[in-house]
Amino acid sequence: MNRLTVVDVARHYGRRKALSQISFTCDAGEIVGLLGPNGAGKSTLLNVLATLVTPSRGSVQYGDRSASEGGAEIRGVIGMLGHDLFLYPELTARENLTFFAQLYGVTGVAGTVTAALDQAGLAERADDFVSSFSRGMRQRVALERALLHGPRLILLDEPFTGLDQASTAALIARLQERQQAGCLIILATHDLDVAEGLLSRAIYLKDGRMVGTDTESGGLADRYRRAIQ
Amino acid sequence: MSEFFRVAWHIVRKDMTVEIRSRELLFTTLLFAVSVVLVFSFAIVREGRAPDDVAAGILWVAISFAGTLAMGRTFERERYNDTLRALLLAPADRPAVYAGKLIGLLLLLGLVEIVLVPLVGLLFSAPIFSYPIMLITLLAAGTIGFAAVGTLFAAMLVRVRSRDTLLPVLLYPITIPVMIAGVRGTAALFQATPDEPMARFWIGLLIFWDAIFLTLALWTFEPVMTE
Amino acid sequence: MRKLTTPFIGLSAGMLLVAPWIINAAPYESTMGLVQKVFYFHFPSAILFLTASVICGVHSFRFLFMKRQSADAWALSAAELGLLFGALTLVTGPLWARKAWGVWWVWDPRLTSSLLLFLIFASYLMLRKYGGPGSERLAAGMALFGMLNVPFIYVSVNVWRTLHPMTSVVPTLPTDMGIPLWFCFAAFTMLFLALLTLRATLELQRARVEALYLAEDEA
Repeated sequence: MNRLTVVDVARHYGRRKALSQISFTCDAGEIVGLLGPNGAGKSTLLNVLATLVTPSRGSVQYGDRSASEGGAEIRGVIGMLGHDLFLYPELTARENLTFFAQLYGVTGVAGTVTAALDQAGLAERADDFVSSFSRGMRQRVALERALLHGPRLILLDEPFTGLDQASTAALIARLQERQQAGCLIILATHDLDVAEGLLSRAIYLKDGRMVGTDTESGGLADRYRRAIQ
Repeated sequence: MSEFFRVAWHIVRKDMTVEIRSRELLFTTLLFAVSVVLVFSFAIVREGRAPDDVAAGILWVAISFAGTLAMGRTFERERYNDTLRALLLAPADRPAVYAGKLIGLLLLLGLVEIVLVPLVGLLFSAPIFSYPIMLITLLAAGTIGFAAVGTLFAAMLVRVRSRDTLLPVLLYPITIPVMIAGVRGTAALFQATPDEPMARFWIGLLIFWDAIFLTLALWTFEPVMTE
Repeated sequence: MRKLTTPFIGLSAGMLLVAPWIINAAPYESTMGLVQKVFYFHFPSAILFLTASVICGVHSFRFLFMKRQSADAWALSAAELGLLFGALTLVTGPLWARKAWGVWWVWDPRLTSSLLLFLIFASYLMLRKYGGPGSERLAAGMALFGMLNVPFIYVSVNVWRTLHPMTSVVPTLPTDMGIPLWFCFAAFTMLFLALLTLRATLELQRARVEALYLAEDEA
């Protein structure tokens, strides 16, 4: 999957417009930021891109396949890190990763899981329950969980929330490594400082609409303020 | 096809692992089921004797109440860290997720019934060992029917606010045919002179019902779970 | 069908107004006497009750699997009418039963299944009301399960011996009983169709207003 095309996507809940007139295109190797205040529709848009929510209008194209035809195949190229981390607290880190690797049809489960644990820097804590982890550690496991099946489209919902500096740096490094590998990364965030050096493209959302997009670097805070006002 | 069962199997294994650690669901469901049997017994038994056929009814009421609780709880666990979404995101047939959850629930209810049936047999002098195969078949067919619809409904209601009250409201009217067949069949087997043909009829009906509604549930799972 | 709603309502109102006289003119049934005449209202209500569930099920299927948005309005409309005609059936039935069989209610298969179907309609409507956004799809899924219970109801009378009259009694009715029956049946059916269409139209219009509202401030 090399290109993601979103055309006039809208999502209504009764009379509430969670998203309207969202159109953009991005290519592999980009890190795209969805920026906007609370309630702007960032999470909803991510859910639409993950095919968890069908848009009320418009279409999403993953490469040359559209969301409606895709189904399981499309899900195979998508990896998502939600706001709620998608981990079972009663299982250990290794068990969580093993379960999801098996579920997502990864070949060579044991090897992949060990590699993922190393990437997350949690090899020594692999057999501890996730419920005993700090937010940052859980985040790291959750990210590796999302990446187990080698997805080309990576969606992250507020990944920097509650992370300390070390974890933030580690997350950025991992994302940049994935970017080098040719993945398309879309992340929703509030944290403009962190996003500053990371994003190759910014999409500004307010009240469910796109109020701007740019690919400049630097001065993100000012660009954001200008777009959202 | 094997893909389907593979995914379902992994989900069952995961649920069993979680359950074996805490045993919370098993103990609470079991205790609740036993309480239901006792409460109904106290309510119905008069002068130390129970009216005929009451044993079958009490058994199935306990199964359905306990089952409803267990279903709700199973999906509550998936709601906790939004893991249900991670399951739906898997590049596998979504009905496999349903199948996995269903099998897990059936295993749990099976364990509960292993305790309930002897208990009911004890309390009401019911002849649970006279037709063991038929009784087991009857219980299995009825539980499958009930759980098949219940798992779907519980999954459907995961994102709905009043899910705890709506689950029984939706589930019971639709599964009463299963309850009727289960109770009547069990009663036929518990009678002083067991009515084998009758029991066989109800078993046949249940299997028919199960086939239809299990298929329907597998079919409707995906459209109903996509927002 | 929209054009026919007014004539249908007018006709059915007129017919129902006249019905008491026609029913009165019908002969007394040998064993049950006067009370049997509730049958002329009970039977059409029961048939339309079952019809409503089929309509609800079919449109729920279309909504859920064929992604027809408008089908949802018809499913909702059919469910509400199902509740109404079900209530009529479940009230007229016991009125008849009390005199004919001596009890208000018996737990035979058909009665039980009808009560269940009524409860299913009620819980469908409750889900739509309290289920929050997106409950239309959930309710549609549930309606499919409800509809599959309908053949169960019809078969049950013929499979088990029961107090309820056998379904085959209707074709063998003598003509002077047949006339008031089909008269009432026609009246009820027209009423049903008119109400169904009106309610569905209302729902479709509500959806259109919502769509217009949503499109309001778009470029």
